[in-house]
Amino acid sequence: MAGHLLSDDIIVCNGVNKWYGEFQALKNVSLAVKRQEVVVIIGPSGSGKSTFIRTINRLEEHQSGEIVVDGIPLTRDVRNIETIRMETGMVFQQFNLFPHLTVLQNITLAPIQVRKMKKKDAEALAMELLIRVKIPEQAAKFPGQLSGGQQQRVAIARALAMRPKIMLFDEPTSALDPEMIREVLEVMEDLAESGMTMLVVTHEMGFARGVADRVVFMDSGEIVEIGTPEIFFGNPQHDRTKLFLQQILK
Amino acid sequence: MTTDIHSANWVNPNHPTPAGKPPATQVGVVGWLRANLFSGVGNSILTLVTLGVVYFVLTGLVRWLLGAYWEPVWANRKLFAVGPYPTDQLRQPAAVLLVVCALFGVSAGRWGSIIRSLAIGLGALLSVLAILPIGMQAQLLMGVAVALLVIGYLVGLKVPIATRWLMLAWLASLVFTAIVLRGGIELPRLGIAWSFAPLVDPGLYGGLMLTMILAIVGITLSFPLGVMLALGRRSTMPVIKYFSIIYIEVVRGVPLITILFLAMAMLPLFLPSGWSSPPGLVRVLTAITLFSAAYLAENVRGGLQALPNGQYEAAEALGLRHWDKLRFIILPQALTKVIPALVGQFIGLFKDTSLASLVGLLELVGIGKAVIQQPEWMGVPGGAAKEVYIFVAFVFFIFNFGLSFASRKLETKLGVGKR
Repeated sequence: MAGHLLSDDIIVCNGVNKWYGEFQALKNVSLAVKRQEVVVIIGPSGSGKSTFIRTINRLEEHQSGEIVVDGIPLTRDVRNIETIRMETGMVFQQFNLFPHLTVLQNITLAPIQVRKMKKKDAEALAMELLIRVKIPEQAAKFPGQLSGGQQQRVAIARALAMRPKIMLFDEPTSALDPEMIREVLEVMEDLAESGMTMLVVTHEMGFARGVADRVVFMDSGEIVEIGTPEIFFGNPQHDRTKLFLQQILK
Repeated sequence: MTTDIHSANWVNPNHPTPAGKPPATQVGVVGWLRANLFSGVGNSILTLVTLGVVYFVLTGLVRWLLGAYWEPVWANRKLFAVGPYPTDQLRQPAAVLLVVCALFGVSAGRWGSIIRSLAIGLGALLSVLAILPIGMQAQLLMGVAVALLVIGYLVGLKVPIATRWLMLAWLASLVFTAIVLRGGIELPRLGIAWSFAPLVDPGLYGGLMLTMILAIVGITLSFPLGVMLALGRRSTMPVIKYFSIIYIEVVRGVPLITILFLAMAMLPLFLPSGWSSPPGLVRVLTAITLFSAAYLAENVRGGLQALPNGQYEAAEALGLRHWDKLRFIILPQALTKVIPALVGQFIGLFKDTSLASLVGLLELVGIGKAVIQQPEWMGVPGGAAKEVYIFVAFVFFIFNFGLSFASRKLETKLGVGKR
């Protein structure tokens, strides 16, 4: 991404540690994400990548270290947490759409209740987003009536409806049939191109190679290596990275 | 062209094959009978024996019902309906009935299918009572009630009344009922004393009317309390959490009857000094509400636990605040999951109102007991007990069946339990 006026850091993590009881899930994780940057996090299961991304919007609580999102420090203070959650949108592996609400209601709920938008405006926004993710005709349906790929696209639209500054993706395509992965990745590529700051945990190497500004490799709770796609995939430095890539990219 | 199952390579020339129709059932009634009831010697004998037993039981029951002595029930119909409420002030309960019917009709018109079915049931019941020779005035009342039900329905269909107004109307009707049945308001502590008729001692409320009051108020108040306790139990704040746990475990550990006795004896001790001693009706209502809330709390908690974590997380990630999260995401899903348990508890509550008879309130069962003791029936062989209790049981059954029915319809409507 060429230099923009606001290319300062929008997420800063310094020495983040997290334990589940005795087990240390995150070891001294430090990372800075610039505005409009697309950072892809990869790694084996149990490496802490999902845990890390979930600490950013406080779905998980970190025990030590600091996290600052758009200038707001992430602490126990509920107001900070709420503000940060309004600035970050999250897309989950299991979609987590609200099954008792229609697609349209799923998308408009938060804008109406949290941002206090009027219903008409929220619905207009929702339709705009549904068009953007290419499923406007599904607006009146319930999530159970949609395919996995469609549900995930609704989930993306739902997160975007809050006009977040950062989008967090936690393995968005891992629960999808292979046929539907493409349609979701296309939406994510469009989003990246439109300049959204994205932090993506994924196994889709094609996406990492083609869209990421930087790739982060995590293993056993810590960051092992960070690099641009060219260097990361072309000339990985750390042995662990090399081993992982060998296994992934047979 | 069928698949050559032995060939290594094969391509389906017909794909995509259009779907066909399933084969018609070749059975028909006779076939069904043959397959299910008479499919072999053993089954056939079993069927015949069962039919025999059913026949004897049914004919015995019908013969008894027709030959039974219903006079005790018939002669005391006023008592069964409203208990020892002053006979010259029956206009007041009548007014309550009419208002409730009108409101019910409007609700049926606005809120659709389930309420409508219940309204039809209520209408049928009232119509039957209008036709039975229970007394000119009473029949007229039933007739007007049905008319109001229908008019209310039509109004509800045509006039777009917002849900919140309707809910307010129902709340107002509770207050209306309290005032009208009493004949006025008397709150000595607040210095309020106004009446439009001789004040009626709540101890004189009785019969089906009292059962309905106890059940409806009990259900209406215990439900939100139960939800709050369930949420409290899952709270991270220790004071709230442990209060909820202790409350639930203690209340669930004792029989309702002991809570009723305690409430009758001790409620004044829990109220600020200077408050006038509440009537027995209020004490019983308090006991029933507090009791039921504990059970409902556990049912609701089951629903809350069954909800996948992802729902909580998605709501939080969107920035939904605590109460909005509960109101829009958590409770709608959690409560619909446990409808059978909740309705079961409501039905239980309805029947538990009968225990009020043990603390001196003359609700339906209490009236039944009093009627049986009446001297008129002492000479009757077998006493009045059988008929009275069958009648009381039947009345309970009608209302509980209505609750069950509504619950089933609600589940179908919400599409729950199909998965």
